[in-house]
Amino acid sequence: MNMLSDGDLQALWLTVRLATIVTMILLIIGTPIAWWLARTKTWWKGPASAVVALPLVLPPSVLGFYLLVVMGPNGPVGQLTQTLGIGLLPFTFWGLVIASVFYSLPFMVQPLKTAFEAVGDRPLEVAATLRASPLDAFFTVAVPLAAPGFLTASILTFAHTVGEFGVILMIGGNLPGITRVASVQIYDHVEALEYMQAHRLSAVMLIFSFVVLLALYMWRPNANKSY
Amino acid sequence: MKLIQTILLFCTLILPLVVKAEKITIAAASDLKFAMDEIVTAFKQTHPYDEVDVVYGSSGKFHTQIQQGAPYDLYFSADIKYAQSLASAGLAVSDVKAYAFGRIVLWSASLDASKMTLDSLLDLTISRIAIANPRHAPYGMRAVEALKASGLWDKLEPKLVYGENIAHTAQFVQTGNAQIGIVALALAVNPELSSKGDYYLIPDTLHTPLEQGFIITKLAEGKPAVRQFANYMSSQPARAVMIHYGFVLPDEVAGN
Repeated sequence: MNMLSDGDLQALWLTVRLATIVTMILLIIGTPIAWWLARTKTWWKGPASAVVALPLVLPPSVLGFYLLVVMGPNGPVGQLTQTLGIGLLPFTFWGLVIASVFYSLPFMVQPLKTAFEAVGDRPLEVAATLRASPLDAFFTVAVPLAAPGFLTASILTFAHTVGEFGVILMIGGNLPGITRVASVQIYDHVEALEYMQAHRLSAVMLIFSFVVLLALYMWRPNANKSY
Repeated sequence: MKLIQTILLFCTLILPLVVKAEKITIAAASDLKFAMDEIVTAFKQTHPYDEVDVVYGSSGKFHTQIQQGAPYDLYFSADIKYAQSLASAGLAVSDVKAYAFGRIVLWSASLDASKMTLDSLLDLTISRIAIANPRHAPYGMRAVEALKASGLWDKLEPKLVYGENIAHTAQFVQTGNAQIGIVALALAVNPELSSKGDYYLIPDTLHTPLEQGFIITKLAEGKPAVRQFANYMSSQPARAVMIHYGFVLPDEVAGN
């Protein structure tokens, strides 16, 4: 690993930290959203699904631009965070976390929703006849049955956050150890014509991405069907 | 027979377009954003048949892209070094032509930068200062030099945030996410920015000159319109636009 500079290692570590925290937050936020989307019959399930899927389609530049404005001193979120004494979120690690939660939301929600839908009503009805409360039934019946979905969703969320670039470039401010993740570091190497360093770090990212996806597909050969 | 007729018809339809109109694609450093738009508009008035596309971005990125065969006819670099490097790699069909010197300014959308100097950046209410990434953006390198030359670097470095290029840096300041930034004079004098705040011109004695240069790339060999555009850069109207945007022209410096 001493082929990588300290800056590269710092960027990799930051990337892993960001992706881990975002995955954990999305497990907490994404699960109820996916559960609701999988089971609700309301007419606005369609619009809600569309909103959740938006980051799949939106260019990162759109997301980055909106976040920069909304989290800025004149934006609603920026004014809220300033009132709360947190300061402004752009150029901070937690700003990146929030941006990435939006950016990776569909990668958590979609596989979970598919997994919950596959569980179906029957096991939960059975649980209810055995006097399990809905919450009880959720944790003891739905979650274990949807476990492979949780795994797929977590891996995809983690991997997608690692691969994030445009949004981070737009709101991060490129601060070493705080917002300079591996993808940005590679971009800087290329811009500065340091192709050798770019090659090394890129190779690490390539191998990582391949191994993650390989694990996903080898372990669960039908994972591609659930997503 | 039918086929030949079709081909002939096709040729008569397409050929005149090919012969008459030429398409010029320009890769220009982001600091030229507003100036180049005006120059292109003026150029088109005398060359109505030519189509001119300008792509703005960081000089370093274009340098890489042209090395890899990107379809740009002209390359305007914010730092003449990048243009020289392409020329010495045999990727230019013209000499490297110096076209301007860039200046850096303090600019803010919320504070009155015209009443400030670099020392004012020490103010504790200023928590974020945006500059372009000094690793590859020429304006960022000059900003760092100026801060170091005024002995402020150690105190200010923790407050710095880095834009991808000089336009991105201005965007950090424009949205208020950074209270102030060091940007190109050429951007600060444009109404888009000047309507939101004044600037303070950073003395050019604090940094190495930011000499800017352009080349005609190898791809433009045998394209007369590209050469015409290159020549147009030294015409009176083009010079007037450049001066209006705060660029110092090379022969003016020689006169100083």
